Amino acid sequence: MEINQIINNFIQIANSPDKAIKQSCERNHKNAVGCVAPYAPEEIIYAANCIPVGLWGGEVELRKARTYLPAFACSIMQSVMEYETKGTYDILKAVLIPAMCDTLKCFGQKWKGACPAIPFVYPQNRRVKSAELFLENEYKSITKKLEDILNVDITEKALKESIILYNDYRLAMREFTEIAAVHTTTISPTVRHQIIKASYFIDKKEYLCYIRELNEKLRLQPVEHSKNKRVVVSGIMLEPKGILSHFESLGIDVVGDDLAQETRQFMTDVPFAGDALKSLARQWINHNACSLAFDPYKQRIQHLVDLVHHFKADGVVLALMKFCDPEEYDVPIIMSKMKEENIPLLVIEIDQQAKAFEQINTRLQGFVESMDD
Amino acid sequence: MSIINESMTSKEMLNILVAKNMEDARKAKERGDLVCWSSSIAPCEFCEAMGIYTVYPENHVVGIAARKGAPELLEYAERKGYSNDICGYARANLAYMDVQKCVSEELPLPDLVLLCNNICETLLKWYENIAYELNIPLLIVDVPYNHDKEITEENIQYVEAQFHDIIHQLEVICNKPFDEKKFQEVMKVSAQNAKDWYDATMLCSARPSPLSGFDMFNYMALIVCMRGKKECGMTFRKLKEELEEKISRGECGLKNAEEKYRIMWDGIACWPYLSHTYKVLKKHGINMTGSTYPSAWALEYTPGNLFEMAKAYTGMGNNLSLEGQINLRKSIIEETQCDGVIMHMNRSCKMCDFLQYEVGKELNDSLNIPITTFDGDQADPRNYSKAQYETRMEALVEMMSENIPSRNSSGN
Ligand code: SF4
Ligand code: SF4
Repeated sequence: MEINQIINNFIQIANSPDKAIKQSCERNHKNAVGCVAPYAPEEIIYAANCIPVGLWGGEVELRKARTYLPAFACSIMQSVMEYETKGTYDILKAVLIPAMCDTLKCFGQKWKGACPAIPFVYPQNRRVKSAELFLENEYKSITKKLEDILNVDITEKALKESIILYNDYRLAMREFTEIAAVHTTTISPTVRHQIIKASYFIDKKEYLCYIRELNEKLRLQPVEHSKNKRVVVSGIMLEPKGILSHFESLGIDVVGDDLAQETRQFMTDVPFAGDALKSLARQWINHNACSLAFDPYKQRIQHLVDLVHHFKADGVVLALMKFCDPEEYDVPIIMSKMKEENIPLLVIEIDQQAKAFEQINTRLQGFVESMDD
Repeated sequence: MSIINESMTSKEMLNILVAKNMEDARKAKERGDLVCWSSSIAPCEFCEAMGIYTVYPENHVVGIAARKGAPELLEYAERKGYSNDICGYARANLAYMDVQKCVSEELPLPDLVLLCNNICETLLKWYENIAYELNIPLLIVDVPYNHDKEITEENIQYVEAQFHDIIHQLEVICNKPFDEKKFQEVMKVSAQNAKDWYDATMLCSARPSPLSGFDMFNYMALIVCMRGKKECGMTFRKLKEELEEKISRGECGLKNAEEKYRIMWDGIACWPYLSHTYKVLKKHGINMTGSTYPSAWALEYTPGNLFEMAKAYTGMGNNLSLEGQINLRKSIIEETQCDGVIMHMNRSCKMCDFLQYEVGKELNDSLNIPITTFDGDQADPRNYSKAQYETRMEALVEMMSENIPSRNSSGN
């Protein structure tokens, strides 16, 4: 396939998740299981011969969700709630819901979709050995519940194979972000986002083939020397798409990210720890520099600085999900660190339900000018 | 010698002790002894055993908010970059950490922090920030959410393992061996205090209730701040005696008012408007007899048994599944014979709010009990409207009176 074809394929998948999931399930004779953002042991789902589907909300008008959630819940969970009640997720056989924050804790208890919900906990005191054991047990219980719901056996062999596949996928994604950073004309902010997002809606095996092919082809293209400003984006997600189009019209390239929906998904491999579930548990123990993984040393802050240097970025855009506690607490610290490091920073507010982006546009414009200074 | 004695009323004891606790911590800081900031339902037993002075930011902000001093701190936090939808306790405390000045008692800065997320995950981020900004050690008891009906062995084992880790960390921080003997004593005291707290506060089951629920909000300071100290239990035993006397006289906890309706208050008090929220209820003869507070600190465990202790800290109301939270409320409503429920839609606390719809619906359906909600905030005065509160309470009274025709006809 030509580069353009591969990219268009990704864009189509990202633009019509329903269709993509359905077709991928049919092609591969699999079922779909949802993972409410941000994290889930997708490998277990995959080993159950299912396609893990990332549920990250979307641009949907809130109607029923208003009954179940106060207005001050993050917009991503508002949209997920709306989709639950609308029947959008009826294709799913089960959903996994991690109790990562107060919103998600409650969310795991109030699932309104048709399929069963499996709430689970990521331990946060990861310095103690028993955290790994605890998580291994959580994973055992998820495995058991999935086996019962789906009427399948999840074998150790299948788990190990799926870990290998997912580690390959993570590696390919990390390569992609590196290559994309020097091909920002072809891989515009919107395209970059859509490519990464597409991974949530098809079989990872298929996705891996596409992304590897794209990586290979892109690598053979000359480096693109764009005059655009280069930024690293941080936060939960950079959506709605309306925002990304302003990045493009203002000449801002996304060269790297620290988004939960994007790079945080593939920055930590599953290490080999013998048993498959133990290995999966250890991945979480090793997962650092993330606002959602407890860390009194705030490695995320230094990580952001490192990303800026690594990608030779001109600044950082913090895409702050409104009403997201884990992210909001980091803001003042990021602000002061960036000031100290002389790295331009812009904080924009993310609301999936927003329709007008003039204000963000104006602020981005000001930001571009400030980076010129 | 104790600074309180049996001739004092429980209220006198309370005031002396709360002031003393803060004073002791300030003096300790001056002397160079260790001061710890702790979340409100964290296991205090370990620091207490090591002679570390512990103070409680949540309780400190309550004092500030009730004296109407929160806005300055909240504004400071916002200027610093904290979004105004973050928990008001956290915002005010993080601001206080910088400015160290407030309208209430001054809180000495910590040398270490202890957090236990059995009430919310917000604490993780809040305490992360304190530890990072002050560059001090952080002790954490990570309590997994009980997403299923039962509290699992795995959850408890994970918590218990962390207790051992804390002991080890404290030895390093304090540079001395863990004081096992003192620890045993403290556990006994804490367990007794928790029981005394529960016994006293549950006397609001009597009809009329001898205690105004709003008075209980005051006594709460003690169970939060001094659960590891003997004087705490002495005060609650005294309170219990006083309440028993009131019961024998048929006296009601509402000052100069008759108890016509009994409600369960669901959520945290609206501290900046404590007096308004109370007076409106009193005007209607409503007493708050039910709340989740008596059970919140009723941490029952056999002293010396760390597994049981871990279980007690894991089974907190906020940490229960939806079903567990509903059952907890059902039993409170039944035990304290409530006629209605007031739910505080607290802009500060997602954990208190995001299951309200489901909890309310189930209570309403199964107990046929009227429920009202109002918008407020435990610390930020901007999120409360007196008019809305008044209207909602009127509506609640109307619904309750329909449910209790006999009491309604007995006249106003
Ligand atoms: S509050 Fe943040 S972490 Fe929690 S569900 Fe919302 S976006 Fe995700
Ligand atoms: S008020 Fe709510 S969010 Fe704030 S510390 Fe208490 S439980 Fe946590």
